[in-house]
Amino acid sequence: MDTLTATVAWLLDPSHWAGGDGIPTRIAEHLAISTASLLAAAAVALPVGAFIGHTGRGGTLAVNVANLGRAIPSYAVLVIVLPPALQLAPVLGYDPSFGLSEIPTFTAMFLLAIPPILVNTYAGLRGVDRDLVESARGMGLREGQILARLEVPLSIGVIVGGIRTAAVQVVATATLGAVVAYGGLGRYIIDGIARHENDRLFAGVVLVAGLALITEGGLALVQRLATPRGLRLAARPGFGPAST
Amino acid sequence: MRPDQPLIDWAWIAEHLDDIGLRLVQHLGISALAVAIGLAIAMALALWARRSPGLRGPVTGVTGVLYTIPSLAMFAALVPFTGLTLLTAEIPLVVYTLLILFRNIMAGFDGVPAEVNEAADGMGYRSSERLRQIELPLAVPLIIAGVRLASVSTIGLVMIVSLLGRNFGGLGVLITEGIQTFFATKVYVGAALSVALAVAADLALVALERRATPWAQGVAIDIAQGPIRTPEWIP
Repeated sequence: MDTLTATVAWLLDPSHWAGGDGIPTRIAEHLAISTASLLAAAAVALPVGAFIGHTGRGGTLAVNVANLGRAIPSYAVLVIVLPPALQLAPVLGYDPSFGLSEIPTFTAMFLLAIPPILVNTYAGLRGVDRDLVESARGMGLREGQILARLEVPLSIGVIVGGIRTAAVQVVATATLGAVVAYGGLGRYIIDGIARHENDRLFAGVVLVAGLALITEGGLALVQRLATPRGLRLAARPGFGPAST
Repeated sequence: MRPDQPLIDWAWIAEHLDDIGLRLVQHLGISALAVAIGLAIAMALALWARRSPGLRGPVTGVTGVLYTIPSLAMFAALVPFTGLTLLTAEIPLVVYTLLILFRNIMAGFDGVPAEVNEAADGMGYRSSERLRQIELPLAVPLIIAGVRLASVSTIGLVMIVSLLGRNFGGLGVLITEGIQTFFATKVYVGAALSVALAVAADLALVALERRATPWAQGVAIDIAQGPIRTPEWIP
């Protein structure tokens, strides 16, 4: 119970809510790297997933590559990127501290976010009834229109589900950025361990876990809202097509 | 990391093969123990939920919330209570496997066609016999798919343990020490071997699945091919 009291006291201490090591700054840093890497991963994985899902070409290869990607530990990516990022600093003219912290953290989170988004976009589009796609083609819709008006709306729940999984994983794993001198909420955990300050450590644990749960809940809501009303109704008993 | 230093120092690797091998074995051992305990717990929960379907939602919900807690946070939170022991490493590792394994075992039971179960009942199978001889064998592909996902994620998570102390971090210890001493070779050896270990474990389990289900050649169900879902615990 001492730990609990100390953690609450630490969290409520006004001095921990201001300055460069303050909670708002750390949350902002945490969200900044998470958002940047998630957007970059979506910019790559959504078009690729949509292309292979729509055409059906290269799907197995892409899914296998994505699954292999899930086998690569983020911590390994982080430290593999670090030495070259540091050595390239004088060559490319960026600040060495950028190569030490931002570049490795961003790369690891970017690679972590790609597989769920890619696999879900592909699986979502493939899950759309082929007869519907054929009918749309027969009605004269162009391929782009079929994608935009038919396939994406029908699979949007699965696609957003992939983004949600990726986002939760990224927010949880961005904690590791603190190992390579990036800020974020992991700073409190790493510093708490190093300085043997349990209140700081547990405050970090509570904040990171809370942020991950809020991300999960928020995107679950987005997922629900993004799903077309007709599909939500169809999922309810008594509204959908009669099942055999 | 240091400009005067080659990226890979092969002489160091040759001199430290023993130490590297020890870390590799430790990494594999810690991961295997966690997946084995996780499988036992998840199987017990699944068998319980099979008898009382009302339990399925709550079990998925609780394991889902636990799964969302960042790993570094869970490891660090245990240190003041259990110290730098094997227990501190294993508890979170086991906890993280539960959601994946429970969900896949249940999906495996769901996949057994109702007609097959009815036929078994009609032939006079008792519930425990039906479970052992019909349902479990048919669920094997999905269970092994779950074990694959759990193994790969556990092998990645063991690396994080090394940030707490060097006792039980497996290959992560090489990485963490490499960073602390600015010695790139150690970092690369740890990273490369951990990736290789995860891929090897995945391939070995695919081979095991083929052997365990000779009747399913060519029609293997692979949950990894389906969409990746987060738990639906938000009401």
